[in-house]
Amino acid sequence: MTVLHPSAAPGPGAAAPTGRKAAGRTRRRRPPRAWLGALPLLVFAGLCFGLPAGALLYGALTRTDPAAGTTELTGEHLSRSLQGPYLTSLTGSVQLSALTAALATVLGVLIAQAVVTSRRGALRGAVLTASGVLANFGGIPLAFAFVATLGISGVVTEIGHLDALGWNLYSFTGLTVIYLYFLIPLMVLVVVPALDGLRPQWREAALNTGATTWQFWRHVGLPVLAPSLLGGFVLLFGSAFAAHATAAALVGGSVPLVTLKIADALSGNVLVGQENVALALSLDMIVIAGLVMAVYLPLQRRSSRWLR
Amino acid sequence: MAALTPVSRPPVSGPPVSTAPVAAPVKPARRRPRYWRGAVLTVAGLYFLTPLVSSFVFTVHVPNQGVTFAAYSGILSADGFTESLFLSLSLACATIALALLLVVPALVAVRLGPPRLRAVVEIVCMLPLVVPPIALVTGIATVLRWGPDHFSRTPLYQTFLAVQNESFPVVLVLAYTVLALPFVHRSLDAGLRAVDVPTLVEAARNCGAGRLYVILRVILPNLRSSLAGASFLTLALVLGEYTVASLLGFRPFAVWIVSVSGAEARMSVAVSLLSLLITWALLLVLSRAGTGSSAAVPAAGPSTAPAATTPAASAPAASAGGPSTAPTAVPGKE
Repeated sequence: MTVLHPSAAPGPGAAAPTGRKAAGRTRRRRPPRAWLGALPLLVFAGLCFGLPAGALLYGALTRTDPAAGTTELTGEHLSRSLQGPYLTSLTGSVQLSALTAALATVLGVLIAQAVVTSRRGALRGAVLTASGVLANFGGIPLAFAFVATLGISGVVTEIGHLDALGWNLYSFTGLTVIYLYFLIPLMVLVVVPALDGLRPQWREAALNTGATTWQFWRHVGLPVLAPSLLGGFVLLFGSAFAAHATAAALVGGSVPLVTLKIADALSGNVLVGQENVALALSLDMIVIAGLVMAVYLPLQRRSSRWLR
Repeated sequence: MAALTPVSRPPVSGPPVSTAPVAAPVKPARRRPRYWRGAVLTVAGLYFLTPLVSSFVFTVHVPNQGVTFAAYSGILSADGFTESLFLSLSLACATIALALLLVVPALVAVRLGPPRLRAVVEIVCMLPLVVPPIALVTGIATVLRWGPDHFSRTPLYQTFLAVQNESFPVVLVLAYTVLALPFVHRSLDAGLRAVDVPTLVEAARNCGAGRLYVILRVILPNLRSSLAGASFLTLALVLGEYTVASLLGFRPFAVWIVSVSGAEARMSVAVSLLSLLITWALLLVLSRAGTGSSAAVPAAGPSTAPAATTPAASAPAASAGGPSTAPTAVPGKE
């Protein structure tokens, strides 16, 4: 985007002085109004997002002494959140999210490519609508649907006698299978616009100049798509990492996940006075997700260079 | 008779023999991708349909009793069903309205305003992705606790109470809007990417259109499918949301399902299935509304078709004002 702007913005800007002066004036007037257009969003985000985030940061980093009524800065909650069962839950969440996001990226791209190259508009519409629904079929209904399917007395478990094979839905593998159910449609939704942006002309040009299909994907298709794919991966990682409801309804505490730990601490299931550790754990989650985002944003910028 | 059949057969078997060599070179070239596509879509279809089908079987088939629909017939009379569903639907409407009202003007402003604004808006809209719902809830719960702790004697306390009103918790609308921002932004940004906003606005303004008219009659029609898409995502997000609502102590649809599951396992699965169908039906209605006037074009069409034709028609008008805009507008539209 930043790459495009210098070429797009100076164009009209440079043309205005040589052209009619009226055009130049309207251009000058636009920026302040443009700021106003974005203002409600910024105010809203500051109030409804910035305020809770700030409260979270403050609570995670300070300790209030109820007797003296004083508040001091402390790293105690953070260091507690990085030890023992809390640390296990963090690594468990990261592993599960990375695995499911990688799988869903590959499978989602395959499905999206199958849909995009298909000439049937109805198929495309159906798949996209279904993806829109299924991508958000996460949470409680999904957990119950899978309990009915692959749970202990689930239909498929009983037909296939999966329990004899050692199948257990309430495990890491079970959660992976369930998470893919909403991650793959999400990837399809994300990547279809990018695949649409791959112009047939590029492929024709490559094939006409003697490239094989593999060479087209290796040197043109994948490099152009790579930022979108990685961006999609990051989105999936974020969704899987943040997922709470499915795991909460399903595994309870048998798989260590950070979201379950936070919910336990918040609802006072553990010990009194755990709120600050919950805040610190939330901060850990935000830092991990933030690191991934730091990779994502430059990629996003690169992808928009070609897929305009 | 005996003489006739040999005579009549060759003409019948003849054409297939003659067409086979003609069709042969064409078909393999076309079919190869089709097999691949078919295999991928079949496997995907199996994976996505199996849980739905077996959930249905699970709710209908009771071991040792045979087929019964008791799990479904009991839903409507179940305690709290209609209230929680109505609450979820009204929360969804409010969230969609708020999210679109916030994001559409901001994104149009981004295209017309200074380049830096784009980065700011993008970061603001993507930040909720960094903060998972459960972390947001811990933050919100902390802020809500300030109400009784610090503001109980100020007029602000009334706001705290009003926001947490049981019958319509505004705090959930605010939280859901925050959660929906990344998706709404992504959808609308992708839609706007196919539209050359500066050129369109310039062309419309040159023709004498007012600013509001430009937004309502030029920009929004081009965005119809991505507006519908953004609404879908938000609607589905709100209908299925559990984390924020349950931890803040409210009782919309998803929380209700869990509260039922303990006593009535079959009914909870039945309601889960129905919630998917309800969402599906609503999305279909919304997508009809989204692509309303261009009903002849299949669902996928409108996103590209207007974008491809309108700027092409308006490009000459823009290039009359500044020759340098034409090269930037045309290659993007091919």
